[in-house]
Amino acid sequence: MTTEAGSETDVKKEPEKVPEVEQQQEQETVPPQTEEQSSKPAESEAPPTAAAAADQPQEENQIAEPQSEPEASASPDPSSPPAASAQKKEKGISRFLPPWLKRQKSQSQEKPAESPTPHTEPIEEKSVKEEDEEEKKSGDQPDGGAAERTEEVEVKEEAQSRPQEEEQEKEEEEKEKEEEKSVGSADTQPAREEREGEPEVKESEEKKEEKKEQEQVIQPEESAALLPHKLSKKMKMVVCHVTLLDGSQFSCEVEKRAKGQYLFFEVCEHLNLVEKDYFALSFKDNAEQRCWLDPTKEIKRQIRNSQWQFAFSVKFYPPDPSQLTEDLTRYLLCLQLRQDIASGRLPCSFVTHALLGSYALQAELGDQDPDEHRLDYISDFQFAPNQTKELEEKVMELHKSHRGMTPAQADAQFLENAKKLSMYGVDLHHAKDSEGVDIMLGVCANGLLIYKDRLRINRFAWPKILKISYKRSNFYIKIRPGEAEQFESTVGFKLPNHRAAKRVWKVCVEHHTFFRLTSPEQPTKSKFLTLGSKFRYSGRTQAQARQASTLIDRPTPYFQRTSSKRISRSLDGAPMVNISDYSRAVDSAAGGDNGPALELNSDSKSKLRVQGENIYVRHSNLMLEDLDKTQEDVLKHQASISELKRSFMEAAPEPRPSQWDKRLTGSPATTLRLQAPGAPQISSSLPEADRRDASKSTEVKPEVNGQPEVVEVVEETVVIEEVVKAKPKSPTPEPESAAQDRSLSSDSESEDEAEYHAHTPSISVQLIKEEPEEELNQQAPPSEPEPITETEPAVPAPSAQTEEDEAPNGHSPIPEAPPTETEEEEPHIVNGGVSRVETEVICCSEPPVVKTEMVTISDTFAAQKTEISTKEVPIVHTETKTITYEAAQLDGNGDGEPGVLMTAQTITSESLCTTTTTHITKTLKGGLSETRIEKRIVITGDSDIDHDQALAQAIKEAKEQHPDMSVTRVVVHKETELAEEDD
Amino acid sequence: MRAMPASLSTAALRSDNVSPVDPLGVQREFDHYVSVLRDRLGLQVVMLPADEELPDCVFVEDTAVVCGSTALITRPGAPSRRSETVAMKGALTELGLNIVEMNDESATMDGGDVLFTGKEFFVGLSKRTNQRGAEILANTFKDYAVSTIPVEEGLHLKSFCSMAGPNLIAIGSSDAAQKALKVIQQMSDCKYEKLTVPDDRAANCVYMNLPGKGDVLLHCTPEVFPESAKVFERLKSHMLIPVSNQEKMKVDGALTCLSVLLRI
Repeated sequence: MTTEAGSETDVKKEPEKVPEVEQQQEQETVPPQTEEQSSKPAESEAPPTAAAAADQPQEENQIAEPQSEPEASASPDPSSPPAASAQKKEKGISRFLPPWLKRQKSQSQEKPAESPTPHTEPIEEKSVKEEDEEEKKSGDQPDGGAAERTEEVEVKEEAQSRPQEEEQEKEEEEKEKEEEKSVGSADTQPAREEREGEPEVKESEEKKEEKKEQEQVIQPEESAALLPHKLSKKMKMVVCHVTLLDGSQFSCEVEKRAKGQYLFFEVCEHLNLVEKDYFALSFKDNAEQRCWLDPTKEIKRQIRNSQWQFAFSVKFYPPDPSQLTEDLTRYLLCLQLRQDIASGRLPCSFVTHALLGSYALQAELGDQDPDEHRLDYISDFQFAPNQTKELEEKVMELHKSHRGMTPAQADAQFLENAKKLSMYGVDLHHAKDSEGVDIMLGVCANGLLIYKDRLRINRFAWPKILKISYKRSNFYIKIRPGEAEQFESTVGFKLPNHRAAKRVWKVCVEHHTFFRLTSPEQPTKSKFLTLGSKFRYSGRTQAQARQASTLIDRPTPYFQRTSSKRISRSLDGAPMVNISDYSRAVDSAAGGDNGPALELNSDSKSKLRVQGENIYVRHSNLMLEDLDKTQEDVLKHQASISELKRSFMEAAPEPRPSQWDKRLTGSPATTLRLQAPGAPQISSSLPEADRRDASKSTEVKPEVNGQPEVVEVVEETVVIEEVVKAKPKSPTPEPESAAQDRSLSSDSESEDEAEYHAHTPSISVQLIKEEPEEELNQQAPPSEPEPITETEPAVPAPSAQTEEDEAPNGHSPIPEAPPTETEEEEPHIVNGGVSRVETEVICCSEPPVVKTEMVTISDTFAAQKTEISTKEVPIVHTETKTITYEAAQLDGNGDGEPGVLMTAQTITSESLCTTTTTHITKTLKGGLSETRIEKRIVITGDSDIDHDQALAQAIKEAKEQHPDMSVTRVVVHKETELAEEDD
Repeated sequence: MRAMPASLSTAALRSDNVSPVDPLGVQREFDHYVSVLRDRLGLQVVMLPADEELPDCVFVEDTAVVCGSTALITRPGAPSRRSETVAMKGALTELGLNIVEMNDESATMDGGDVLFTGKEFFVGLSKRTNQRGAEILANTFKDYAVSTIPVEEGLHLKSFCSMAGPNLIAIGSSDAAQKALKVIQQMSDCKYEKLTVPDDRAANCVYMNLPGKGDVLLHCTPEVFPESAKVFERLKSHMLIPVSNQEKMKVDGALTCLSVLLRI
């Protein structure tokens, strides 16, 4: 089957690439082009060597691009797509497409989805290719550039294809043609197989890769180029340098695509460390900011262009180090604290400096020996940022008093004193408050501390924080209402940049999970809705770490204390023994516990979501990503999901939805968002601004684009496109939309994103059935021409999406770079290339949301939200969740055609526990009239009511009412009253 | 402590002018206070001589914050009291403390705004104490968290609260006091218990943990604050010593104001 796929692509290329075209490309002499050319010959001639040769040059260009690797590896996968059914092909294509592209594609692909757009229009493709090449030339950025380029190309193709979309029939025909082509290209197929075969061995490990491969296959040009690179890359090993806590360097070789945990476990093994949950590896990003290496993601994607230089350090400072089981762990913690103290990160008084220094001496040198320890013996140690002679004398004086204390005891005493320091374990981040005043955010075990200079000016304990989010460079926390307050308030902080905001957010999520929860968030808890970023802390929590510590059953490991680079004579006297602990470490690492393995899965799935969480995530698709679910599952969820899709942030009190609101026609919601008194007004983000951000992010995440996730997104977008098309020509059938919705919902469910459990007593779901530009299926008022096309590729499209989603799950790269960014860039291209289709970037940007509280009761509504500054202890808390599913927005609401508002009406109906508000607007754009229906469904009730079911029913009804419309967006907003835990 | 100048009754800064201070009554209360510390509790009392030019000099608490072996000499918010620190600095230096002076011209601090719980500092931002003063305090006592608490009513933070036990905060019942308590609770990682007394001024008490005597608490007398005194009387584990402070309260003097407690 794989061969077929490959052949198809080849075929495509062949037809597309007429000799003339090739010549042109050659003239351009762009490396990628050459690759393409080489690939072609390789295909025809089937010389693997040629491909390999091509690889190196390409590699240089593409090194940064993760996608290329996976794709290469994926080559074997093509077998899976063998059916070569149009759907599959589409899927594959979509996979290739970067996330941002996905939407665009989706728009364009509505019909093409069935048959890959590129195939449909060979000629256009050629032109596209040329363009791409040009782009490549101009923009050759080694990293990810190629991938992006390819994406762009695809987009163009899509755009071109869109006009052609005219009829599914055409597409089908095209498909047939493609098949024919593939048949004709049989010769080429073997060649590819050979190529693939090499990668396969490497690739076999990951399904994701396979998907990517498929994608590659689909995309003739890039795929050909990428394949060779992939091979070479996989083989590559990289030497990682890790600075350990005692200042020594540990080097180890890892496979270039290794995940963070591999390196971390290597280090822990080297250290013989079992209680490793408190530790992590960090690296410096380009801005010299310390970033934590995510164990579940590939190292390379995290460090980007930075060196493979890491530091092993304490990530979670145990509030009570005496509960650690092993002295080794305490010793490492001591080393970390000594660093913190010497660097000034952990400020302490003169007396404390002296005392801690004396314990450090005792631990490292043992009893003071008057003969051996001269006055200067101490000067090799650094006890404080500004070490004075006076301090050293004091240290020595105290050192004397520790006579007889073992190193372990001295460490324990050191920790007992250090843990009391007010800044112990506080991770500080520079920020500004809503008024632009410089402050520091301190993330610690108990919550978030706000400092102005050295003064603590506020503190938000984890129990008081309902939600943690960030958007662009802003970081928000939603606070429980105080006793006298009804509504939660949101406090916003301005970070220096988006990455800083995300960093704080992640650290908060991790600390909250580690210290506040007994176990990491369960991915599946929320039935349909999941919000925002999918990033979650996947490691053990402190509770689990402690539990695990109690189970440690090994002889006390021997270790040498050599922190100060002096030759320390260890007093412990334990013999050097290599213990079999290594195996343990490995086991634990392998995920015997809650496991990294499990976590990985979730993480991978969550990747997209994470991106979504990121402020930048504009593609709703990301949110929907769960691929694991089968179509059936999707269907099951459809009702509920589709319903939920269009919840409105607008109505909802939450600040985040602003983007949506803006998108939607000036919904009141935007204004509501800025509830937080202190929060910067950033919340209402203009789409434009977002795009800007996105562009930035794109820079960061070229890789993301290439990832399969992107592809998925594309598919989703495809569906959307169908909808759009439906407007003018044939309305997309509801089922499709439902399917999309389903897929989305399933995604959300599957992912870990689910906020910390929530019983959602009351769910208010707003279904927005149409976006202004696009016509929504469900709407009954089809005054316009809603013709037909029942052939709907729609069905296939959804399925494809689901499949694609799966792929992303596996990869789940770090979502540092929001996919949205890429979208922005590409859209430009699209615009230029395609006349008709305006790809609007759909932002489903939901800031990452972490629910910190259990939901007990439900109630409040968005409408009610008002700005409330609460600092008092809340009695009843409200938890709010907003999830947005968006199909796709075709015609740019704002960007594209403004349209003329024809009619608008609002209808409100109520039933037992449901209030439905329907807002119908008709606009005339470019001769086409669009009808958009927004329904806001409010479901109120306590836990007796199955909100999910009610919501599903409501959505179902909505669909039934407007069978000829499609659901383009579902926003689910849940608010729940929470019982106070702490206060 | 510092001896009371005769000028106290006539020239001391006060927030209200309603009732005249009885010079004899003030001296009587002061003497009682001293005798409790010295005779009943056996503490060493260092008495600074009064300075008639400094009518408020008896309220030594405002001039220094002592924690551990370090003393921060404050810069009192009232300009007329700035000179009070000279004698205090000398005395504390003689006692062997590390002296840190608040030299920043923009900083002000009255010790009455500094609540030390044993685990952390709360600094009231009041008419007498500003942010800069709090920063300097934070820089002086780096081991401890220093949180700022807005003081909207009353002269000092400790005008309506104080420590009544190792983990116990005595707090007044006024809205301002309760509001401040909430801020304190929010800002702290520690869970403090609270002892709410009906009268804000009664919430100012002097807590000491003395070897051999355990928890000792000097608090208001039933004659002055009968309801609040009852609250204190419920602290069974404490050695309770009612101390009258009626006259000094007229010049905003609270029990804690009269002394700086330190362990050497």
